[in-house]
Amino acid sequence: MKENLNQSNISGWGGYPIKKANVIYPENIKQILVEVKKRNLIARGNGRAYGDSSINENKTINMKYFNHIISFDDSFGILVVESGVLLEDIIKTFLPRGWFPYVTPGSKFVTVGGLIAADVHGKNHHKEGSFGNFIEWFEIINSKGEIIKCSKTENTELFKWTIGGMGLTGIIIKAAIKLRPIQTSWIKQKTLVAKNIDQTFEIFENNMNATYSVAWINSTKTKDNIGQSLIMLGEHASIEDLDKKNIKNHLEIKSKKNKIIPFYFPDWFLNKNLIKLFNSIYYFFGKNTSKEKLVYWDDYFYPLDKILEWNKIYGRKGFVQYQCVFPLKKSKDGIIELLMEIDNSSVSSFLSVLKRFGDQESNFSFPMKGYTIALDFPVSKETFDLLEKLDDITLKYEGRFYLAKDARMKKEIFKKSDKRIQEFINYRNQNNFDEDFQSSQSSRLEL
Amino acid sequence: MKNKNVLILGALSDIAKSIAQKYGENGYNLHLAARKIDDLELHSTDLKIRYNVNVHIYEFDLLKTETHKDFIKNLKEIPSILICAIGLLGQQKDGENDLELRTKVIRTNYEGPLNIISDFANIYENQGYGTIVGISSVAGDRGKASNYIYGSAKAGFTVFLSGLRNRLAKKNVHVLTVLPGTVYTKMTLGMKLPKLLTSSPDKVANDIYDAVNKKKDIIYTMKIWRLIMFIIRCIPERIFKNKSF
Repeated sequence: MKENLNQSNISGWGGYPIKKANVIYPENIKQILVEVKKRNLIARGNGRAYGDSSINENKTINMKYFNHIISFDDSFGILVVESGVLLEDIIKTFLPRGWFPYVTPGSKFVTVGGLIAADVHGKNHHKEGSFGNFIEWFEIINSKGEIIKCSKTENTELFKWTIGGMGLTGIIIKAAIKLRPIQTSWIKQKTLVAKNIDQTFEIFENNMNATYSVAWINSTKTKDNIGQSLIMLGEHASIEDLDKKNIKNHLEIKSKKNKIIPFYFPDWFLNKNLIKLFNSIYYFFGKNTSKEKLVYWDDYFYPLDKILEWNKIYGRKGFVQYQCVFPLKKSKDGIIELLMEIDNSSVSSFLSVLKRFGDQESNFSFPMKGYTIALDFPVSKETFDLLEKLDDITLKYEGRFYLAKDARMKKEIFKKSDKRIQEFINYRNQNNFDEDFQSSQSSRLEL
Repeated sequence: MKNKNVLILGALSDIAKSIAQKYGENGYNLHLAARKIDDLELHSTDLKIRYNVNVHIYEFDLLKTETHKDFIKNLKEIPSILICAIGLLGQQKDGENDLELRTKVIRTNYEGPLNIISDFANIYENQGYGTIVGISSVAGDRGKASNYIYGSAKAGFTVFLSGLRNRLAKKNVHVLTVLPGTVYTKMTLGMKLPKLLTSSPDKVANDIYDAVNKKKDIIYTMKIWRLIMFIIRCIPERIFKNKSF
């Protein structure tokens, strides 16, 4: 049998680290089973985790040919797909029929397998939880080469460890997920202005009923203005909310040309001053535009998707994301200290996002009740020095780290952050997963 | 009269899959033919759900030319568009020493397509309409050391299409020759391809869809390949023979 094998340099979305890996593109389950028997591999979806979660130098299984929609039950909104199907395809197919994913991250170029593995959250986590809440069942290939169907009632252990398990419990091949019925493809957005961290938190806490809430935070502000932000609330618009022009095409998908960043920007481009300037301009315009408006779904959920390959603005060295979450009571202090530490450094975060999480029941998923902040920095020595300091602050306030964003953390730090990690390691040991399913990240963190 | 039906031969190739999506998106009923009928099942379910169109699947072996007549007889209807997306690159080096492989390359890229398309040409000629799309390759524009077995078969296919177009032009039958440059597919996996000159299956599918509607004769995809191949064809043989590509 001809193997679709390709040795190439691959990375996550951050473009750091880049690793030379053997990439296989299986076309059917039989071919995956052959690979699994050879051990030491990881599944890869569309490569949108930021760091090295979906890279295994020995063997990376690219799931791009597992991209079939298998069935859809339109009385309950249950969709069965192969794990390599993109969220974009799901939206394109089902939005015009009045359905939308319950939970979506900030990009639609992600696969269902990746959504499960990272148990992603969206702007509605405070109210509806993470992606894992909307999985009916999935099928996964374990280290013995068996196809196991898992759900809340069937093979529950494997089900729970796989959601948020970063692909380290097997290869997800198929999943049934629940979609949300919607009336229109529009979002009623309300923008609230917060001058500082107290106001930001107050607004989040006062709007726990909003379906969607997220804050863009100006991380370059300090002192009295630390935590300055624009908080964007959102609701799915009903037919009555639309103006005449849009009612006719209330579930329309507009065909728009995406822009593409054609080349890598020079590494010095995103410097501290430019980031400061950009953030001030953004705040100024955000503050002064209309407070309530109807926003097209694509613009609301995926503003960055419109600029293809936007990661190139960070230059060839790439960028790293930093995302942690603090328990509710320690959130404000933790975030203030993070922002102060960034201000003391020579680097800045171009795009910083703050989000309130709700309760979360899970074995190994990232979210917990409290506040999460996501920051991004161009790769540099100064950035790595800063991130180590941010790690210490996160630990100090009992926070934890999001593996889908991580590219560089030290194992000691990670292991200290969460007592569930040891349980995850034990579970992998008991099932021999640790030798079969490994990523660069899991080796680095010794999971 | 014309139906909104398209038949895709070699329906499991990356380019063929993109073509099926493009036609499905535009409301065409799809007739998909490939050797591995089991893999077609999943593909056809997927297309039905995505585009709400009828999808028929057929087992089809291009190299078993004796079965082609029955294959046509068993079609649910005669689609007005035929797209032949079958090709086999093969390892040039192996082909130089291996009779079986080089025969397979020649038959897959030339003899097989010639046979099945000839049958459709007669049907279309009789009914007075139809579109034939043959996916050939820029490799057929000039022979080079790294892939001339494949290239020569594609050259034959290109000439076949051109002759067919000449025969059928007056009969209201449209023949489109598609000459893709490098494309990111299973066929080119592991090769170092020039990023700026390499297309995606979706882009090729879009170009084919547009070219069919505009009744074009020959398209290069990406367009820049027309210029590249023009220049390559202009190089005198005495210089060309010493260059490596």
